[in-house]
Amino acid sequence: MDLSLSTRTVGDRTVVEVGGEIDVYTAPKLREQLVELVNDGNFHLVVDMEGVDFLDSTGLGVLVGGLKRVRAHEGSLRLVCNQERILKIFRITGLTKVFPIHTTVEEAVAATD
Amino acid sequence: MATVELRFSALPEHVRTARLVAAAVARRAGVDEAVLDEVRLAVGEACSRAVGLHQNSGVTAPVKVALIEEEKQFSIEVGDEAPHAAPGGDTSGAGQEADAEVEEDEMGLAVISGLVDDVEVSTGRNGGLIRMTWPTAPPATALA
Repeated sequence: MDLSLSTRTVGDRTVVEVGGEIDVYTAPKLREQLVELVNDGNFHLVVDMEGVDFLDSTGLGVLVGGLKRVRAHEGSLRLVCNQERILKIFRITGLTKVFPIHTTVEEAVAATD
Repeated sequence: MATVELRFSALPEHVRTARLVAAAVARRAGVDEAVLDEVRLAVGEACSRAVGLHQNSGVTAPVKVALIEEEKQFSIEVGDEAPHAAPGGDTSGAGQEADAEVEEDEMGLAVISGLVDDVEVSTGRNGGLIRMTWPTAPPATALA
């Protein structure tokens, strides 16, 4: 299965809905999308992972890269994820401390630091 | 001898194939359904790492995956042919890009060691091998 990406704007947030598998083959597409959004001035991103079936360390690397980019502009990158198998990967790598992880897009969009 | 052996060109698009094959063979071998996600992720990490190592060192040889069914256990060996320094070895003098590669490599290994209880990583001048083992339950319909 390939990666699907769609973006929409909610207030000052940009929601990136990701579907499919994020791995060593597809992660570059997600990286491109995040880089493009930041280059276009979207610094508050919400990445909706509910449609993600598979995530590996390459995907984690891309998300961390995205976080670094938005932080350079005092922005934010929030994740939406309820899937245990995906959350587990964030836990074992300690990234739950790095990313704010929300249960719904609405919650992520409404969240402030 | 391995139950199933797989060799693939060191290209990212083939890593998914390796994940699917490994998960299918693991399921047949009697690895618990609940653990199959971990098998899939761990073999994907090991293969992604091997692909990266081959590409970064210009190795044209394929990445090798051996799926080994044994009594009460199932093992996966992912072998690369990239010459590499010992783990935690000297990385000084490397450029930023090389550092990033090392970091990615370590991230993959971190995921593997977080996921798999029984994992051995060996490296040498002629390549490296990651061996991961999971227990298997005897099939309910085992032949006497």
